[in-house]
Order: sequence, then C-alpha cells, then structure tokens
Amino acid sequence: MRQLLNTLYVQTQGTYLHLDTDNIRVEVEREKKAMLPLHHVNGVVVFGNVLLSPFLIHRLAREHKPVTWLSEHGRFLARTETPVRGSVLLRMAQHDCAGDRERTLAVARYIAAGKLQNQKTALLRAAREAAEADAAPLRQAARDINDQIACLPLGQTVDEVRGIEGTAARSYWQVFPLMLRQHREFFWLSERTRRPARDPINALLNFVYTVLANECASACQTVGLDPQIGFLHALRPGRASLALDLMEELRPIAADRAILTLINRGQITPRDFEQHEGGVVTLREEGRKTVLAHLNERRKEEVTHPLTARKTPLGLVPHVQARLLAQHLRGDRPHYPPYLHR
Amino acid sequence: MIDLLICYDVATQTEAGRKRLRRVAKVCVAHGQRVQNSVFEVSVSEEQLLTLRQKLLSILDPTEDSIRIYRLRQPRQHFVEAYGLDHYRDFSEPLIL
Repeated sequence: MRQLLNTLYVQTQGTYLHLDTDNIRVEVEREKKAMLPLHHVNGVVVFGNVLLSPFLIHRLAREHKPVTWLSEHGRFLARTETPVRGSVLLRMAQHDCAGDRERTLAVARYIAAGKLQNQKTALLRAAREAAEADAAPLRQAARDINDQIACLPLGQTVDEVRGIEGTAARSYWQVFPLMLRQHREFFWLSERTRRPARDPINALLNFVYTVLANECASACQTVGLDPQIGFLHALRPGRASLALDLMEELRPIAADRAILTLINRGQITPRDFEQHEGGVVTLREEGRKTVLAHLNERRKEEVTHPLTARKTPLGLVPHVQARLLAQHLRGDRPHYPPYLHR
Repeated sequence: MIDLLICYDVATQTEAGRKRLRRVAKVCVAHGQRVQNSVFEVSVSEEQLLTLRQKLLSILDPTEDSIRIYRLRQPRQHFVEAYGLDHYRDFSEPLIL
C-alpha cells in the first residue's frame, strides 16, 4: 500500500527552491528557510512567484513527484507530467471503456450515485446538529437528493446522468448555507460561480477543489490511469476529466465538509477575504494557509473504507478509488464501486 | 517510518579525516535534519535505513571514528526534550511555507 506522504505547499512570494544533497532547500531572499529531505515529500505545489531550480524539477520528475503551479490566488496553471508509469494495457482498457457508450454510462452512473449519496449523508449529518428551524429544509433536501438517486438507473445517456446530478446539486447548494453556524450574514451563497468567485463561499470552494483535483490527478497517475480520459466529465483538451470524476464523490465529504468546519469553528472569518473591484472575492494568504493546514490534518484522519473494510487515511481514498476503477477497467470487477462515506 | 538519532565523532586531525567528516555529514543531511553540530534526527523507512547504514559504514574508518544510531521511541514529543535553540521541524506536519 502506498504511504501517505506530505505535500509541500509554498506560497511565500519570491521563494527559491533548489536541490541540495537530496533535500529541497527553501530560500527566501537568499536566506535558508528550510531543508526538507525529498523522501518526506510526494509532490510540490507552488503559488505565484516561486522559483524552482531545473535540477530540482528534474529530480522530482524522475521520482514521479509532480510539481503543480498555481496562480497566487490558487488558480490551476500547470503541472509536470512525469514519465508515464503503469501498464500500457490498463490505459488501453481505459480508452476502450471510454469509447464504449454502455460502459461509460455505467461508470458515470456509479460516480454520480456516489456523489449524491455522500451529499445526502452530509445533509443528514448536518440536520442532526442544526437548529430545529434549519433541520427541516436540510432533511427535505436530503429527500430530494434521494429521489434523484432513484432516477439514476433510468438515465439513458451520460448527458441525462449529468442532468440528474445537476438537479440534485441545486437542492444541495440551496440549503448549503443552512449548515453554517458562524457569520451567516457574511457567508451567503447565491449560486455556484466558478471563475471568478463572486462570494466568499465560492472563493473557498474553488480553492479547495483545485487542491483536491490535483491530488486526484496524482492518484490516477500513480495507479497508471490517464487522468485526462474521464467518464462523467466531457473530454476537453487540457482538462483532467478522470481526476474530476474521481473527485465528485469526495467533494461533499473532503472539500465541502472542510469548509463548513473551518467556518463553524471560527478559523476562517470575514477578515480572511479580500473584495476586489467588479465583485470578485479572493482568499488572503493567511486564510489559504489555514485552509491548507486543515486539509492536511483531515488527510491523516482515518476512515473505514466500506469496500475494503480497512482503516484508510482520508488522503489515500483517491488512491484506493483509482485502484478500484483500474480493477473495473481491466475487467476484474463487474462495476466501479464509489466511496460511500458514513 | 522509523525515527532515529544519529551522532558521530570523526577524527579531524588529518585531511582525510576532515574529508570523512564532510561525507558523513552529507549522508546524514540527505536523510534527515541536523539538530546539533554532529547530531541528526532522521525518519526513514526500513529500506532507507539499510542504504543509510551502508553508506555511513562505507565512509567510516573503524579505527578512528565512531557513529552511533539510536532508535527514538514514538511518539517523539513524549520522549524527546529539547531546550535552547531548536530548529527541528516535523515533516509529517503541514508543510506550508
């Protein structure tokens, strides 16, 4: 089993990273800030103006540790593609499946089912903790999503599956603010806006989803799957569709939950946001740090995987799921079992 | 991961000795972090421990130098007390710089 290693996030602007005796040497203005042995790191994520020496990039590439470049505000820009590993036969199977309408539909259905089920679980859990007035709409939304799950087997095309998922998403996001217990007047959510974010919740969601999508792409590559060939998400140049597919079922539990916790505990407050002209909202540097630290803590939290019945750190769930998908594509498993959170 | 404490004495009267000292230090830096001048805290897997030990032994002059490898008991924070200057960084904690 793969070990859960740490990801190095560098967001101090003007940092220089280079290779020094099997360590990543971190310098800010020519002053040594840290030495990190490479064997503790499984990837590097840098924000904005951070420089990496070519030798460090080469070494990371050779050890299959991806470097991801994000803009200062966490927008995805680029990612190193390390020499492809894994069996070429697996990738052939993946391509075959993506070309087969029936099989694509089946995988897409399971992925969507996993996502809706996890959304439902999240809502019901929140309803148990919420005030009486909020609990009723949360339960109602959970029932609505349940109805959509029942519709999934009827979807005859991937487009129809996406439509069902969209209907459920509307019910989910409508009641999402009811799960908040702090600063409700500040954290409102009118609708999901991707880029740019128009309100603080969207700014947080976009940031966390970028981080999570990246981890899912790494998981695909480690297992030997092509992260660009997905089943639920349409194929588009440059889009890691399979990584987005894998992320779907993890969104409600790994990303949305993290945001709720941070806000409800008061770790993320209105002070962590910056309002720009034109109604664009971004997360400040301190806020990003809080979010990353929390995500890292969550990653170590152990959950019992419903299928393998083993205790697994939440951070390794994308890897387990990628492996299960690979087994399905190879024909060792009749269908792809999504991760269902308890 | 196994947590180790590595300390060494390398005879530095001769140029060859000073060279050995630099090489030992380099191998230790490659695997862990320097907590004092010739004391390292290292956290490695079983295989990495084999290569680390092998590398150190190949540099060592057994008639002049000594290297000691101690296994640290887990969890570290219960069994290691550090006072004064301490640059130790836990690599399993969030690495956000």
